[in-house]
Amino acid sequence: MKAGKDKIIDEVTQNDYKYGFVTDIETETAKKGLTEETIRFISKKKNEPEFMLEYRLKAYKKWLSMKMPEWANLKIPEIEYQDIIFYAAPKKREDLDSLDEVDPELLNTFNKLGISLDEQKKLAGVAVDAVMDSVSVKTTFSDTLAKHGIIFCSFSEAVKNHPELIKKYMSSVVPSGDNYFAALNSAVFSDGSFCYIPKGVRCPIELSTYFRINAANTGQFERTLIIAEEGSYVSYMEGCTAPQRDENQLHAAIVEIVAHKDAEVKYSTVQNWYPGNKEGKGGIFNFVTKRGLCKGENSKISWTQVETGSAITWKYPSCILKGDNSNCEFYSVAVTNNFQQADTGSKMIHLGRNTKSTIISKGISAGKSNNSYRGLVKIAKKAENSRNFSQCDSLLMGDRCGANTFPYIEARNKSSIIEHEATTSKISEDQLFYCNQRGISTESAIGLIVNGYAKEVLKKLPMEFAVEAQKLLQVTLEGSVG
Amino acid sequence: MLNYYIVDMEKKFLKLNDKFNKQTSLFNDLINLFEENKNQIFKNDTKKISEVRKQALEKFSKSELPTLKHEKWRDTDLSKTLSKNYKYYFDAEENNSEIGKTFKCVVPQLDSLSFTFVNGWNTFESELITLEDGIIIGSFSDAMKKFPEIVEQHFAKTFQPEKDFFSLLNTSYAQDGFFIYVPDNVNSQKSIQIVNIINNDENIFLQPRNLVIIGKNSKLSLIHCHDSVNQKNSFTNSVTEIFLNENSNIDYYKLQNLNNQSTLLNHTNFYQNTNSNISSNSISLNGGLIRNETCVEIEGEGCAANVYGLFLMDDKQHIDNHIFIDHKKSNCVSNELFKGILDDNASAVFNGHVLVRQDSQKTEAFQSNKNILLTDTAKINTKPFLEIYADDVKCSHGATVGQLDNEALFYLRSRGISENNARMLLMYAFAAEVINKISIEPLKNRIDDMVKKRLRGELSVCDQCVLHCGTPEKEIDFEIDLSKI
Amino acid sequence: MLLNIKNLHVSINNKEIIKGLNLGINYGEVHAIMGPNGTGKSTLAAAISGKPGYEVTKGEIVYKGINILGMSPEEISWEGIFLGFQYPVEIPGVSITNFLRAALNEHREHQGLKPLTGSEFLSKLNEKKKLVEIQSKLTNRSVNEGFSGGEKKKNEIFQMAMLDPTLSILDETDSGLDIDALRIVANGVNTLRSEVNAFLLITHYQRLLDYIIPDFVHVLYDGKIVKSGGKELALFLEKKGYNWIKEELID
Ligand SMILES: Nc1ncnc2c1ncn2[C@@H]1O[C@H](COP(=O)(O)OP(=O)(O)OP(=O)(O)O)[C@@H](O)[C@H]1O
Ligand SMILES: [Mg+2]
Repeated sequence: MKAGKDKIIDEVTQNDYKYGFVTDIETETAKKGLTEETIRFISKKKNEPEFMLEYRLKAYKKWLSMKMPEWANLKIPEIEYQDIIFYAAPKKREDLDSLDEVDPELLNTFNKLGISLDEQKKLAGVAVDAVMDSVSVKTTFSDTLAKHGIIFCSFSEAVKNHPELIKKYMSSVVPSGDNYFAALNSAVFSDGSFCYIPKGVRCPIELSTYFRINAANTGQFERTLIIAEEGSYVSYMEGCTAPQRDENQLHAAIVEIVAHKDAEVKYSTVQNWYPGNKEGKGGIFNFVTKRGLCKGENSKISWTQVETGSAITWKYPSCILKGDNSNCEFYSVAVTNNFQQADTGSKMIHLGRNTKSTIISKGISAGKSNNSYRGLVKIAKKAENSRNFSQCDSLLMGDRCGANTFPYIEARNKSSIIEHEATTSKISEDQLFYCNQRGISTESAIGLIVNGYAKEVLKKLPMEFAVEAQKLLQVTLEGSVG
Repeated sequence: MLNYYIVDMEKKFLKLNDKFNKQTSLFNDLINLFEENKNQIFKNDTKKISEVRKQALEKFSKSELPTLKHEKWRDTDLSKTLSKNYKYYFDAEENNSEIGKTFKCVVPQLDSLSFTFVNGWNTFESELITLEDGIIIGSFSDAMKKFPEIVEQHFAKTFQPEKDFFSLLNTSYAQDGFFIYVPDNVNSQKSIQIVNIINNDENIFLQPRNLVIIGKNSKLSLIHCHDSVNQKNSFTNSVTEIFLNENSNIDYYKLQNLNNQSTLLNHTNFYQNTNSNISSNSISLNGGLIRNETCVEIEGEGCAANVYGLFLMDDKQHIDNHIFIDHKKSNCVSNELFKGILDDNASAVFNGHVLVRQDSQKTEAFQSNKNILLTDTAKINTKPFLEIYADDVKCSHGATVGQLDNEALFYLRSRGISENNARMLLMYAFAAEVINKISIEPLKNRIDDMVKKRLRGELSVCDQCVLHCGTPEKEIDFEIDLSKI
Repeated sequence: MLLNIKNLHVSINNKEIIKGLNLGINYGEVHAIMGPNGTGKSTLAAAISGKPGYEVTKGEIVYKGINILGMSPEEISWEGIFLGFQYPVEIPGVSITNFLRAALNEHREHQGLKPLTGSEFLSKLNEKKKLVEIQSKLTNRSVNEGFSGGEKKKNEIFQMAMLDPTLSILDETDSGLDIDALRIVANGVNTLRSEVNAFLLITHYQRLLDYIIPDFVHVLYDGKIVKSGGKELALFLEKKGYNWIKEELID
């Protein structure tokens, strides 16, 4: 039996969002609102080279000409962009000795979140880039990784130290004008992680980024870029939390992955932004564009996500299967409770021959929430002998929530096979009674059954994340069955 | 008396594409056209019906011409077909009844009563007849005169999307079509066959309007055929409303065999009362552009809605099946099965939308769409949507796109069946699942024949009414038990 | 007395199924209930375990001196009543190991005991597995998912062994078992059988009672116990069927 599974049962579940605290630290912010000025301010703050500023301004112009997308099955309140602070950075304390030293208050914050930035007390085998509001606080193990030729640093550092890679790859998968939120991010993005795995290198440890929103009224706009050169391998994890506040906060991120020939990238997310309270007040609006490019032959990208947080989630980790024989997987568990809304799924665009994609999506809706799967599988004419298999299951808990499935399937050749299946179910009375009869109380029984339902996805997560994710599922659904 | 108006859609459509502006668009022309011909359109109306038409026109003027930018139309492009000129008739042509007599579509051994419409106008002498068992059948225009209260009670009362360009247009303009009224407790053994024939020297635009009302505990089998006789362009915007009262039943078959220059927009709206059953089966064999928009509103408990379809398309044909099933009450079952085979440059769209509303507990809804692409130039876009707001439900859907099973093909060939025949057999086996849902035996045999012919490429729209075709000469040998493959 | 059921009436969807049933079970006893299909045997078992939807309209079920009517199923379970289901339900994705760990620890919590550590739990698991000769692989699989009929029944006995109940109600646990499995199940019961617990076996076949010798045999007919006797009653029923009882009742 796996130790992690024990742990989940061992843990006494806890009731509320436990990451809702606020760190009391001085922050330096941009003026409220979004103008060309704001963008120049951000770029200047970050000491960016000219090309970066140009890139941002171009994206901003594009964004101004675009409209908020309305096709998702979401009720999104008007977002007042002029009320948002687009840049917030914890102020450097002047009494700190070295540039590398991190404010103890920040270390504390991340400790409280279960992320140790102290390499001595590190999480075994995981390198972390910790991002608070608009800046990266610290990246651990950069030096160790450098010995393998791996670059793992904050996006800002990469802009400074590896401009040639940034120029080559940034927006090569998600064009700056790809969609409304991608354009917004491209204009105002602050920080994020950059990761480069050279040819033939298997990254020896897990890489991870932890995103934390702390300051009030700010939005977070991070950007992640992962490049896996020929024959390389990396497993990357992303986690996120935010304080409990009554107003909604905006998060619009971009993740780009490029996998060259024979490379493999595993990307795992446990998304636990503040979901708002039981009455639906507050919470993060989470609009994320994640896309991978299987550029070379035999390349492989796999997305695994556990979505439990955010008031609104709008997110479709996707993949362009360009290289012949490339492969992409999408495994997702999305849980919504109370008044949460999620419209999430994946897009698989098959361009190369013999490409293969798999989509496994498990939606769980409870309370008055609304949970939609939206996916696109497109097989182009030239993508001969390609395969897709999609399985989208929904679990409904209670009769005041919604579970929707919106797959789009487009086929353009005669040698490919696409299969899509979806089912909707609820936890049956018989299952509950069976558990009850064995002495398992209803709340735990639901936790067990839901984790069982999501198992196919959870088992894809790296061990460090799996335990956290299982607990989260249970906590998120607490109180959903009366 | 010939009264027509040329709807010049060409320039208007291009203009619309530039930037939609209802002030200067086609809308005004269509509205003017309506105004000019009001007398003719309102000829048989009661006051109430004219009022409904005016309201529809009002909504129509606020609707948008469907383009690829509209979610519901993103895969069906009307720009080409709309960029042609069409003649619009506000009255029947004189020689119609002659054509109606020539083209009888006989289904062997089927006990049926047949009614023929040519270019949207009825061709029968006595416009409205009452059968022995009390069923009233005839033209919609005549029904408005003779049974105004029944028509008023039902006309435009099924699901009417506020902004649906074409159904609103139909409601405001429509003059003729078929009317069937089945009184309570009538279980007719006879099938009723409606044949819509398009026979035109010029491009025509027509808008049939059909109304079917089935009384309590009654049953109706209805066969609704769309055929064209020659190769001219046509644009049919048809709306059929079907009302099912408590415990009633309909077996509804659509048989579509139109030329490659035709456009058929076919709205079918069902309204179901408690314990009613529908079984709808659309067999689309030919047609330039076909869009079947089927909408089922389940308004009573204990209903079953079975909506099936088969499409066999080739050349540049395009078929679009849109099905919306609205589960408003508990304890109902819906079932969708759509299968298609696409050859050459054909394209198909399937859009199934099942909505299970909050209090519709114990709903069972199943949706399945399976497609075979025979070439690299054929296209399929499929969207099986489930939208569920009740928890005690069983819902599932599946969609597949693939090709003929090579293993099975090999198996057949290893038994000495030529590749061509083996392919045919497998395609037939694929289609048979839908054909077998047809519960009227003679019709099933007829459609079975037609599908086989279609698969061999022998069935197409020619200068003769295709339904006259005699027995197939080259039967495929079906001795192998297909179920074993 | 461990269990004392007095004039029990149970309805499902307003239809009365149990119609005035009396039954007493003492510590250390094994009772068998037989009777034609559809006479209410499973209904009785479900009512004792507090299954929602089973409405007790009259009478009481006194267990260890307290009336357990109105208690939740898990409370009844914690009190030591185990139900081996006639049709065990499948719970996809939940491994037996996790399932039992959760169950056992909730039982322990109720008894004021600390939860078992992983290794304690594992050794208990292995010990009990041997008892019912259950394959190791089985416990890593999801609860009952894809199990054969016999495997499901064995799994029920295995769970019984793990939870160490005071009163075990086994609803047709013998149906669908092969000869060896039947012996194993019986062995399990016999090993666990003691002066501090009791068993209520629901069965259709004398065969099981060859292995587990009952103290009492009852016939349930039309919602009531219409005949009780010793183990010889089962032998008699096997030979004669139920018709004579029906006739007797008519007289
Ligand atoms: N949920 C229910 N709703 C309506 N009737 C029910 C329900 N459950 C059981 N019954 C009826 O109650 C009666 C008793 O059922 P029960 O399952 O207790 O029989 P049984 O004695 O265990 O039969 P068997 O030997 O076949 O297992 C049967 O007539 C059955 O159909
Ligand atoms: Mg039983």
